[in-house]
Amino acid sequence: MNIHAIKAIYLFEMARTWRTLMQSIASPVLSTSLYFIVFGSAIGSRMAEIDGISYGAYIVPGLIMLTVLTESTSNSSFGIYMPKFSGTIYEILSAPISALEIVMGYVGAAASKSIVLGLIILLTARLFVDFSVAHPVWMLAFLILTSVSFSLLGFIIGIWADSFEKLQVVPLMVIAPLAFLGGSFYSIHMLPPLWQTITLFNPVVYLVSGFRWSFYGVSDVNVGFSLAMIAVFIVICLGIIAWMFRTGYKIKV
Amino acid sequence: MHPIISIQNLSKTYPSGFQALKSISLDIQPGEIFALLGPNGAGKTTLISIICGIVNPGDGRVLADGLDIVTQYREARQRIGLVPQELSVAIFETVWDTLKFSRGLSGKPMDKAYLEQLLRDLSLWDKRHNKIMTLSGGMKRRVLIAKALAHQPRILFLDEPTAGVDVELRRDMWQMIRKLRESGVTIILTTHYIEEAEEMADRIGVINKGELVLVEEKAALMKKLGQKQLTLQLQKPLDGIPTSLADFPLTLTQNGEQLIYTYDEQNEKNRIAELLRQLSALHVEFRDLKTSQSSLEDIFVSLVEEK
Repeated sequence: MNIHAIKAIYLFEMARTWRTLMQSIASPVLSTSLYFIVFGSAIGSRMAEIDGISYGAYIVPGLIMLTVLTESTSNSSFGIYMPKFSGTIYEILSAPISALEIVMGYVGAAASKSIVLGLIILLTARLFVDFSVAHPVWMLAFLILTSVSFSLLGFIIGIWADSFEKLQVVPLMVIAPLAFLGGSFYSIHMLPPLWQTITLFNPVVYLVSGFRWSFYGVSDVNVGFSLAMIAVFIVICLGIIAWMFRTGYKIKV
Repeated sequence: MHPIISIQNLSKTYPSGFQALKSISLDIQPGEIFALLGPNGAGKTTLISIICGIVNPGDGRVLADGLDIVTQYREARQRIGLVPQELSVAIFETVWDTLKFSRGLSGKPMDKAYLEQLLRDLSLWDKRHNKIMTLSGGMKRRVLIAKALAHQPRILFLDEPTAGVDVELRRDMWQMIRKLRESGVTIILTTHYIEEAEEMADRIGVINKGELVLVEEKAALMKKLGQKQLTLQLQKPLDGIPTSLADFPLTLTQNGEQLIYTYDEQNEKNRIAELLRQLSALHVEFRDLKTSQSSLEDIFVSLVEEK
């Protein structure tokens, strides 16, 4: 295992975060805070409780997930896309480093950023809404698993994309709608039966549900099933990445 | 002594169907400067890119320091440094950070003393805290060289190292390449500046349309294929070449005022003396004479045209 190389990629990517602190950390924290103010404090105070939890507190896990999903995807996709765009990918490809090590460096850095961001938003949310975390270890586990799985997805998007437009299209047109429709702002039990069934095809439902369970001990779907679905998602992403490196898809000819 | 690079029947066909390399075989010896010449699209960059791991190889095999570049890619790539043709470098990074990144990628632990010396040798030490975007084109190219050398490779590939570089910097670059060779690094450079190959290389390979047309010691190549010309400035213009001189390959130029005799130095057997004697006998007098040798460029053009 080329630990030095993994560390080099990881630190390079983390350095990019510190260089773009406003965009990487401040901006998502600000926009999520606005959600808390509008939906949590203002509108939330007039909404009925869900599963015995105030609406403001109920949406905290979902809003954290919403940000973590989009940031994981965009951080990771941008991380691998930029070397392709600028031509510096030659250095990665000609280095004595395996595909797994490359993924560990890029995805590790993207996931780390998202985890830090998620925790900052968690602390920020406490300023606006009163809530508690019933299972902090599981909360952290869900945060890590979600960050890793969507960073893997972002890595795939970064390799697939050959323009900045394509880079943006999946997070904006796919991830964000899935996150909004994945129970971030509501319980899926509030939907008509047909839509409940359709919603179960949305992988974000399992992330939000599991994450919410770690806060309040209530979930839309079984927690074990949520974990299994995340594991399946990670395995699928790893399989696609392995295929991309084996065939050189959009990396090597 | 085994070759530091051994290319055996290497072929490459791109998905578009374009065959970039056609069964190339080539051995490069440790410590030499090998120049790969060829017109645009000849296959130079494809060859280098395959050896360095940027392009998937087709048929054939490549060994770097005896190590298979596919099955032993980790060990092989640790021995190889690459300076790409394009100025591809992370412009928001500082010189020092980008160098640390390159060193780390190779799997070697940090060695501040070596990296400092490297930057000093490349006159970049004073710029180590500068962002790369603030450097000139020449400086950026030096940064690329520093990055390629950050892990102390034994083999350095330079893909068009002086493309778009001014004359002064080009000479600096040549000086630096010589120094690297003196330190034991094997240099393989691609170029279409014939002057560069002529100035630097020990051996020259000419590649055209994916085929290795020729590999030869530079001096031997110039001697073998180089033609010499003897140019005589005549006192009085000639109307035509005298019939008694028909055996000599002569041409008249400048309205008959210049007589040019073209000859192969190797095959020549006192024909110049004979020509001068015969001219004297014909009372053809000249006021000046000079000899010139064909350049590598002439040789290269003739080889490529032959193909």
